[in-house]
Amino acid sequence: MADPRISIIDRRLKEVSNIIAVSSGKGGVGKSLVASTLALTLAKKGCKVGLFDMDFTSPSTHVILGVEGLQPEEEKGIIPPQVYGLRYMSIVYYSGDRTAPLRGADVSNVLIELLAITRWNNLDFLIIDMPPGISDATLDLVRLIKRIKFLVVTTPSRLAFETVRKLADLLTELKIPIIGVIENMKMKESSYIRHQVESRCMPFLGEILFDAELEEALGNVDKLLKTEFGKKVGEIAAENMNPPDK
Amino acid sequence: MHEWALAEAVILTASEIGEKEGLKEIREVRIKVGELQQIELDILEFALSQLKTSKFANAIFTVETTRAELKCRVCKHRWIFNSEKLDESTAEAIHFIPEIAHAYVKCPKCGSPDFEVLQGRGIWLESIKGVK
Repeated sequence: MADPRISIIDRRLKEVSNIIAVSSGKGGVGKSLVASTLALTLAKKGCKVGLFDMDFTSPSTHVILGVEGLQPEEEKGIIPPQVYGLRYMSIVYYSGDRTAPLRGADVSNVLIELLAITRWNNLDFLIIDMPPGISDATLDLVRLIKRIKFLVVTTPSRLAFETVRKLADLLTELKIPIIGVIENMKMKESSYIRHQVESRCMPFLGEILFDAELEEALGNVDKLLKTEFGKKVGEIAAENMNPPDK
Repeated sequence: MHEWALAEAVILTASEIGEKEGLKEIREVRIKVGELQQIELDILEFALSQLKTSKFANAIFTVETTRAELKCRVCKHRWIFNSEKLDESTAEAIHFIPEIAHAYVKCPKCGSPDFEVLQGRGIWLESIKGVK
């Protein structure tokens, strides 16, 4: 007759003011780093922030944050643990370092289960680190969370933007708000991405230069926020993501 | 104790369906629970009794358990999931997210983690009956 988990999702998220999916058509463009750094930056500004790693088969935000050995609290559902000022949720609490090969229908079920049982409570921002592409995870998120907004990450490569364009076209067709596009890992001067983004009437949020220091900062959030990458994400957040009551 | 979260979902969904069907009172709610998720029925039933609203005052909650049947996509072998063979932390991980079984359970015949859950995954609202 009905999957009872679907109806409760709105209630679980009703105290979350802004829900932002950090997404891209392609993998390897820096979504997880942007999502994690954005969440950390907003938390540092005093916002109440949640970070949800939705890349269930290839989660990586726990490596970026340097999180190990944590478990959610069980209280009529699950409450994500507090990590560096964030409420942080990842499938790794349950899969550990094992591989979890999941087909599309399984990904949908994991998403529905976690949205139905996770108590985020009161948040200014819930940042979602998306898997690449426009398959089940993206379609389910759009279906299940009506207030979702997307922040899209690309690299300067035309290959990356070709997939981003398709993601943007889909979101536009579905009337899902796009906060804007970040051009990451920029290595030389070019206005190609900016022009492409602006010609499609999307906000171009900024460009982030390729940062050779970033790899060394993985697992150390203080170091991460002090990298040029971290500072630039901080600027983008300051310009585009102030909660209305702050 | 995430049975409470699932019970809350059942009550909300049954209320919404009842409203759509114009039911003034709900008399029976039939729920199916798959063994893969290893839901503790005592806790679920207690949570339902605590969370029910006035519309459910005279409702009977029937919970039916379904065995979890898995089928390997590679060799087509079918088998019944048995949580007793799992250690406590693995069983708990599958309890919270049944799909985590793909990280721990393999086809007993060919060893593949690529299997489907034919039946008995988790919670399902089977039917409701009430008075218009």
